[in-house]
Amino acid sequence: MSVPNSGEKTELPPPKTQVGVIGWLRANLFNGWFNTLLTLIAGYILISTVPPLIDWLFLDAVWGMVDPEVCKQAEGACWTFIREKYRLILFGTYPFNEQWRPLVGVLLLLTVVGFSCNRRFWHPWLGAVWLATLLIYLMLLGGGVLGLTPVRTELWGGLPLTLLLAVVGIVVAFPLSILLALGRRSNMPIVKSICIGYIELVRGVPLITLLFMASFMLPLFMPTGVSIDALLRAQVAIIIFVSSYLAEVIRGGLQALPKGQYEGAESLGLTYWQTQRKIILPQALKISIPPIVNTYLGMFKDTSLVAIVSLTDLLLATRQAFADPEWRSFFVEGYVFIAIIYWCFCFFMSKYSQHLERVLDTGHKR
Amino acid sequence: MAEQVARKAGDSAAPPRREAGAFLRDPRVRAVLYQILVLGGVILLVAYLVSNTMDNLEERSIRTGFGFLSNEAGFYIGETTFVAYEASDSYGQAFVVGLLNTLRVALLGIVLSTIIGAIVGIARLSSNWLIAKLASVYVEVMRNIPLLLQLFFWYGAISFLLPSVRDAITVIPGVFLSKSGLQYAVPVSHPIHPWMGLAFLAAIAACVVYYKWAKRHQAETGREPNLLLPSLGMLIGLPALVWLAGGAPTQMDVPELATFRYVGGTSVTPEFLALLLGLTFYTAGFIAEIVRSGIVAVAWGQTEAASAIGLSRTLVLRLVLLPQALRIIVPPTTSQYLNLTKNSSLAVAIGYPDLVSVGNTTLNQTGQAIECISIMMACYLTISLSISFFMNWYNKHIALVER
Repeated sequence: MSVPNSGEKTELPPPKTQVGVIGWLRANLFNGWFNTLLTLIAGYILISTVPPLIDWLFLDAVWGMVDPEVCKQAEGACWTFIREKYRLILFGTYPFNEQWRPLVGVLLLLTVVGFSCNRRFWHPWLGAVWLATLLIYLMLLGGGVLGLTPVRTELWGGLPLTLLLAVVGIVVAFPLSILLALGRRSNMPIVKSICIGYIELVRGVPLITLLFMASFMLPLFMPTGVSIDALLRAQVAIIIFVSSYLAEVIRGGLQALPKGQYEGAESLGLTYWQTQRKIILPQALKISIPPIVNTYLGMFKDTSLVAIVSLTDLLLATRQAFADPEWRSFFVEGYVFIAIIYWCFCFFMSKYSQHLERVLDTGHKR
Repeated sequence: MAEQVARKAGDSAAPPRREAGAFLRDPRVRAVLYQILVLGGVILLVAYLVSNTMDNLEERSIRTGFGFLSNEAGFYIGETTFVAYEASDSYGQAFVVGLLNTLRVALLGIVLSTIIGAIVGIARLSSNWLIAKLASVYVEVMRNIPLLLQLFFWYGAISFLLPSVRDAITVIPGVFLSKSGLQYAVPVSHPIHPWMGLAFLAAIAACVVYYKWAKRHQAETGREPNLLLPSLGMLIGLPALVWLAGGAPTQMDVPELATFRYVGGTSVTPEFLALLLGLTFYTAGFIAEIVRSGIVAVAWGQTEAASAIGLSRTLVLRLVLLPQALRIIVPPTTSQYLNLTKNSSLAVAIGYPDLVSVGNTTLNQTGQAIECISIMMACYLTISLSISFFMNWYNKHIALVER
């Protein structure tokens, strides 16, 4: 290779301390005394917490179907508790022999969600598919048709209930929030002040007070003799709550549109609703889809609050599972189990919203 | 084609014929009509609900009005902030206690979550790979698990997993952690303490005056006086001087183990501790994300330009990056503060006597749902509006002044 006397030098490999593992370590962990110190502290914390955690979660854990007494002796987690109670945790108080129905419903719902995440399926008929899915879901849970035994809503529970509250919340709150957002930006003073009042009032109070309002005051609002389902009451509170937050998100999208879009639509002679439907909303909603998904993420987490007004959602069902005195001390396992379920849903939603933000950003900014 | 044009021309030439519906097609008339319709609809709905409610209240013979507030509450509240409360006090006083408890946990939570959030947010941008990864794991875990679940977890962890009072963990001498919460030593009250507080306030005032002088001095001479040391000296020194003048009392009220509980010192209940931990760690995850994106959003050219005119790394951060990042960070952080305050209402689930918890008890005892829920909502609305009012003022204060 090397030619003597040509004056050219062969290319030397970079020093060992600049490349490979050592180079990476030097560049990312030990650049400067401060970072070295941080690495050492973080490393110490990791070494002192992660191995015991792995021991507790896996190595010392009890996996078999054993007596709770055996579990209490063990050093690690007692996953027996989950194996023993997973049907109660996932389906709450739903009749044991009928639990295939919510299972089918949840699978159906998740399939539709999966399809809806793909932009190829974003067509107007997707709305119809969603309505049909919800109807089938409610039919599966409630029964009373096609030979299914009727199940009262008080018995619905667990993950299917959490998903129901979230999905119905999304579907109903969405059109409502568009109306509220348009109303807030309207020129008509009365419509505008009603919308502002509603949005700010609801956003200023915690969801739990709305849930209390729904469960204590809604029955008073109904005509004498009409009773209203506890599940429906909580659902109403969630819809009221989400729609006001969503309205603000959509208003942000509306405000981001350049004025020229409104003026262009006006100069074409479109009416107000034509302008909104054909020009403004398609663009404004596109900008606000990522924050809308984030709002839904928050709402999905907030559905756990219905546990406070005694609806057996995923969280309350888990708490009922360790109401059993034998298993009382294994609450950590129960909480870890449902934390993983909640986390998976939420993590997926937040990653999906980040993905949409990248894909949909086709240059609206001027 | 020509025929059409001619017909159109002929149409417009004819005197405008007033159609029957033309009046309704005037946008101004329509706007008024729509608003009347909407307002009428809302008024009808409200009237319907109110009349239903009146019927129902009458039928169930529930009293109305806020008169119950002066009745004896008859329930015990586990912990109070600033004001004393006994079961023989009125419902009104119970509400005040609940409100103060809410404010206490919210204020502490806001301060702590800001500190943790800022640290984690900056850590996510660290050039240290390990630290950056740890910070993002923290953010992803905290943000994606419902707060209520986290609260139950903390409460369970404190009340089940911590040792009983007998074997309390000594965190640092004088601070004990156990199933029944956190017990810590406080100085025995001494007549000099109020004076020390006054000295501290005086030191703050002196600092403000000193800052104004320093700014003027810098504008006149171009030299920046040292700010940190003199202000720290005043803030610590003045109270310390007063303390020395008062004979330097060092006696501490240390909690001591009696048979089943600690006596003396001051304590924090497990409920409060769980709520504070849950709220702080949860909100810190969101604030960290805001801080990170705020710093990232400041254009890279700013850092380069600042380095190019010879500022040191610390000065780049202090004089160029942070002031610009703060403008981006403040508005979303405000809404996190509001969220934290509203989320403190989840206290009712773990039994910390906050506003909602007290309201709920009162509601169950008196049955006056409308009044109790209105009081709760009004309190939260007032808190929300005042925080956002203050933050809007601050926001305007630091906003970029544009032409």
